[in-house]
Amino acid sequence: MTKGDKPRLITWEVKDGERIAVRHDGRLPDQLRPIRMEVGVLANADGSALVEYGDTRVIAAVYGPREAIPRHIALPDRAVLRCRYHMAPFSTEERKSPAPTRREVELSKVIREALEAVVITELFPRTTIDVYMEVLQSDGGTRTAAITAASLALADAGIAMRDLVAGVAVGKVDGVVVLDIDELEDNYAEADMPIAIAPSLKRIVLLQLNGVLTREEVDKALRLAWKGVEEIYRLQKQALRSKYIVYEAGQGGGAGR
Amino acid sequence: MGRIMVRHRDIVVPGDIVAEGRDVEYKGPFLERYGAKIVALITGLVTIEEKDGKQVVSIIPLEGAYIPRPGDIVIGLIEDIGITHWDVDIASPYRGILTVQEVLDKPFNPAVDSLKRYLDVGDYILAKVLSFDRSRDPLLTVKGEGLGRISEGSIIEVKPSRVPRIIGRKGSMINMLMSETGCKVLVAQNGRVLVNCPSRDLEEILVLSIRKIELEAHTTGLTERVKEFIREERRRRGV
Repeated sequence: MTKGDKPRLITWEVKDGERIAVRHDGRLPDQLRPIRMEVGVLANADGSALVEYGDTRVIAAVYGPREAIPRHIALPDRAVLRCRYHMAPFSTEERKSPAPTRREVELSKVIREALEAVVITELFPRTTIDVYMEVLQSDGGTRTAAITAASLALADAGIAMRDLVAGVAVGKVDGVVVLDIDELEDNYAEADMPIAIAPSLKRIVLLQLNGVLTREEVDKALRLAWKGVEEIYRLQKQALRSKYIVYEAGQGGGAGR
Repeated sequence: MGRIMVRHRDIVVPGDIVAEGRDVEYKGPFLERYGAKIVALITGLVTIEEKDGKQVVSIIPLEGAYIPRPGDIVIGLIEDIGITHWDVDIASPYRGILTVQEVLDKPFNPAVDSLKRYLDVGDYILAKVLSFDRSRDPLLTVKGEGLGRISEGSIIEVKPSRVPRIIGRKGSMINMLMSETGCKVLVAQNGRVLVNCPSRDLEEILVLSIRKIELEAHTTGLTERVKEFIREERRRRGV
């Protein structure tokens, strides 16, 4: 994280007599970055997905349910969910050492806990389900993009889940609560709050907060996150369906799946 | 009054609300009821049936691992030899166990005899699942007509979720494959397909057709398209 002089992140414009905040990349406070999702991108994984939030790009691969190796980790009544969140050495501005950092270990854990809330592990006792998330390019919000990708990959692998999980980060930049903050905003933000939600279940499965928000701001941030997540959730379902609809149109394609 | 939100053969994804109302029934492990709503848990095709005046919804999964059920016919690969049993890879998260009692009719003494004489590592076997309850590994048997070591033919691995499609409704697809190519085809429940073909060309055509079925499993009118494909390939290759 390089911190120089703080750039101007919010400019105020007057439109129709109203003052509106415009962010450094031209977005409004409640606007997501352009989002792209693709399911079934890896031929060798049981399920996979690629998710892009603007310049943030994450690929997720799911293997399983498969035989638990080493065998002693297997649980008698449910499957073990293993998650690895990792940033590729080339994903950041300065090279990141490929060894798992404290941060990556922690994120792997919170992502695992978020996914355990929806995956029906009791269906496959004594097995493991492995989820690998690789950040290919980082521009803020990588953990939430990783969760979005992981839940898509799990669904693609045919693993039973109570709901998909969609994640988005909200934050407070120059006193304004904004949706889907990027790296530049994150670096100078007063607060950064990644949230993952299972929308159909109406459950929050991950919530972290870095920085300070007042009670009212948290309320506002949650409402904003909910709005963003609903849009992401819609795109997730569309991405899952389109994998099959492409074939119906008779165009073939897909990465060997 | 219950409402069904989807049509027959629609694709659903986890979290989709399939139906609302107490009088709609569902079956299978891939649907769950939350309050009045029935929610899909897996990516798959919806099936809506009418039963005793009630509508019953279920989901045929489009992806997923093979979970053994007692009575299933599977094709296994011998992976390891124990003192009185074989470990069998049955293309599943669970490893098959084939005990010596289920292979030999005579008593077996490990001190003077070796299991290797009967089945060796690398052998393919056609076996039946005797019992499986998820708490212990599935037990297999090769006692039964046509079961035992596979000595000829080729094995094609497909996704286990595609097996019902390769067999087709009342065997329509598999019968069409056999009559159009002249090959013998045996589809095991765990996604391994044993084929015996009169010639190399016919085997290649058959493999391509099975791959086509695997890829387009969720589409309708597939039997006719595959039939057309086989005829076209046979014409092209002159066999």
